Amino acid sequence: MAFLDALLNGLTLGGMYALVAMGLTLQYGVARIMNLSYGEFLIAAAFAAFWLFQVQAINPLLALVLVVPVAFGANWLIYQIMLHPLVKRSRDRGELEVNSILATFGLLFVIQGLVLLLFGSNYFSYTYISNVFIIAGSPIAADRLLAVAVAVVLGTALYLLLMRTRPGTALRAVSVDPRAAQLAGIDVRAASAMAFALGGGLVAASGVLVSMFTTFNASMGVVFTMKALIVVIMGGAGHLMGALAAGLILGLVESFVAVYVAPGLTLAATFALFLIVLLIRPTGMMGRAGA
Amino acid sequence: MMALSRTTLFGGVLLLAGVIGFALLPGFVGGYGLSMAINFLMFAILATAWAMFSGPSGYVSLATVAFFGIGAYTVAVLGERLPWGAVLLLAAAIAFLVALLVGLSTLRLRGVYFVIFSFGLAELIRQVVNWYESTQAGSVGRYVFLDITQEQIVWQLTAVLALLFIVGWLIERSRVGFALRMIGDDETVALHCGVNITLIKVLVFSLSAAFMALVGAIVAPRWTYLDPSIAFNPNISFQVLIMALLGGARRLYGPLLGVIPMVLLFEYLSTHFPHLFSVLLGVTFLAIVYLVPHGVAGLIEGYVQRYRKRFPGKRGGENAGAKARQGGAL
Amino acid sequence: MTTSTTLLSVRDVTRRFGNLRAVDALSFDIAEGEIVGLLGPNGSGKTTMMNLVSGALKPNAGTIRLAGDDIAGLPPNRIARQGIARTFQLVRVLPSMNCLDNVKAGLGFGAEPVWGSAADSRAEALLQRVGMAHRCWTLGKDLTYMDQKRLELARALALQPRLLLLDEWLAGLNPSELVEAIELLRKVRGEGVTMVMVEHVMDAIRSLCDRCVIMNAGAKIAEGAPAEALAEPEVVRAYLGDDAHA
Repeated sequence: MAFLDALLNGLTLGGMYALVAMGLTLQYGVARIMNLSYGEFLIAAAFAAFWLFQVQAINPLLALVLVVPVAFGANWLIYQIMLHPLVKRSRDRGELEVNSILATFGLLFVIQGLVLLLFGSNYFSYTYISNVFIIAGSPIAADRLLAVAVAVVLGTALYLLLMRTRPGTALRAVSVDPRAAQLAGIDVRAASAMAFALGGGLVAASGVLVSMFTTFNASMGVVFTMKALIVVIMGGAGHLMGALAAGLILGLVESFVAVYVAPGLTLAATFALFLIVLLIRPTGMMGRAGA
Repeated sequence: MMALSRTTLFGGVLLLAGVIGFALLPGFVGGYGLSMAINFLMFAILATAWAMFSGPSGYVSLATVAFFGIGAYTVAVLGERLPWGAVLLLAAAIAFLVALLVGLSTLRLRGVYFVIFSFGLAELIRQVVNWYESTQAGSVGRYVFLDITQEQIVWQLTAVLALLFIVGWLIERSRVGFALRMIGDDETVALHCGVNITLIKVLVFSLSAAFMALVGAIVAPRWTYLDPSIAFNPNISFQVLIMALLGGARRLYGPLLGVIPMVLLFEYLSTHFPHLFSVLLGVTFLAIVYLVPHGVAGLIEGYVQRYRKRFPGKRGGENAGAKARQGGAL
Repeated sequence: MTTSTTLLSVRDVTRRFGNLRAVDALSFDIAEGEIVGLLGPNGSGKTTMMNLVSGALKPNAGTIRLAGDDIAGLPPNRIARQGIARTFQLVRVLPSMNCLDNVKAGLGFGAEPVWGSAADSRAEALLQRVGMAHRCWTLGKDLTYMDQKRLELARALALQPRLLLLDEWLAGLNPSELVEAIELLRKVRGEGVTMVMVEHVMDAIRSLCDRCVIMNAGAKIAEGAPAEALAEPEVVRAYLGDDAHA
């Protein structure tokens, strides 16, 4: 049944979008960096997983363990070396946003260029698991299910980290008010670097997971960045639960539009949704009203 | 106060010289020279139009190629069915309307939403065109067989560049340009002074979009074959951004200073290091953002200000006198 | 004695932020030519009330009328054109523009805009009025704190407002600057501008204000001439807490 197909597909897609967006929520909500190169890290991680699988015969789940810490470290360095100087240089939040957009825009091309250099511009994919389950008459690929399952685990781990631990609470404090957090004794720079690195780790994980069931090429990063940005804004920047809800909604909308309207108009539908949300509630679904 | 300052007159003379130079160019250079001239003119207009809005307002637009592509596609679809003048006007009008729509929805909100939307706009339009072409028109590519020579393209672009400079100059000295600078400095203050900030932003943004589409339309005949990925190539938005930022986006003549070196650099890079193109582009961009944030024009302005402080003329004299009276306290 | 007309009429205005009522069914009137102090401890809703009048915020309930015209909920640029100007609690000048241009910003977009050479001479005159004539070409970001405040006042006056809102305009000034500033405000008042001042500087209030409206936790707790209103027990309790001895 087309409806059930669309629903299941939408939920799995939405789960992936939610995971992807959670990382950007951390980067934007805590570190206040609007990272336009976000999707490039996803693609880079996908290629890393591909290379590990095809050349080194390392399965994607193991690849996660290898790739994520590297991404974490790389993003931590990027924040400290590239982005913190911008934080110091910017007068206010608006200026920081513009500066971080410009800087990460440049980074986007550097990373995309490196991937192009190493792998060329062709499409790649690999098959790790090829089983297909049938749920209520609709086929669902095992690799997608696996990806969503891991996404759920990671998402829950992140949630617990942020809500139940002291470092997590420090991150949340910085996302609400960096100055007040500083007055409470929190090292805002360290927290921002940590959040940015965590976000990088999450997007790398998403990249590895996505590589299991999608074809990808070096230029796809931009589309992922866009969707992540849209989910983050729709969910109310900085709200983890909002990102989850918005990601699921986006996945469902895309899936239903692909099945019932036209597969080539999914991006248009995404943007239309984005616009509608912005017009009705400019601070996102769960954002803060006022100033 | 004089209506036209010395610098403006100087600029006017330069513009006239440039126009005459480009008009006569086809008599002196061959095909390659004309091709470079077209590149230069194309990016000069795109970068100046970009800076006309994004410079003073601070709203970074990543949508340049969206409007460029609209212009190119208007020619591809209607170029053989309507007179050339009408096609150009239509291209500009369509881009104006699209920018109006995008602007009215996103410029009422914080700058970051506009940037994100502009980031995706080109991709969005490309997808829509792709979908339309493949489902309704049958095939995705289009052939552009128009009898327009390189010389004619150079002349048209020169005329548009001159027009853009005149329009940009008029805006700069008008209340609209002043309001845009106020908006770039502090939107709340602008609002409380009575400025309708949304209207100003949307108008200037749409105007710059119209110019971008005009360029796309004029150079489209160069390509003979056009498809969405050619017309909406994201590299163009990026290159325009680099040039405008390098040259300096807060002055009308700023982007030109960035266009000249960058067109040469890109030409060199794409011939000798095609694989490294993206990486080198990114590195160049980062260098500009970190080392020359206000562009070359900003550097020039900085030198001029320091020069004026050391060798004060009439204006400096008043301030220096006042400072002396206050005992040197700032 | 002439009866003065009501210029600003605030009726039952409420503004919530989530569950917090920053302004709670507040009502007061401002007559033409008055200087009224809007007082209260920190967090009592004074700046929120200012924001509601200037249009920076929309009220959830209630009406705000300027000389009979309903202005509640209008955007700030329309309210500015109706004749309300303000200064900001954290002073906001246009940093990249010089002082002359900063004042021209206030001249060019109001109800009766002035532009061109007329604006240049008006701007110079206004800068002179606030004592900044020698700073015409200094950029906004290069000014001292006191000069930035003066500039903000000049910009607000450039709008030729019927009502001037001053949000803690006297804050952060040393004693000699304070004397100058109060004198400046007295001059402005002498030119017939109606003013509402949010203030904490009690000396200034006692010497400038005809009347005060005192707020606490969003609601009005006292109103009247400064000496009486400030002496009311409820007001003392609001500022100093319950343990205060008279």
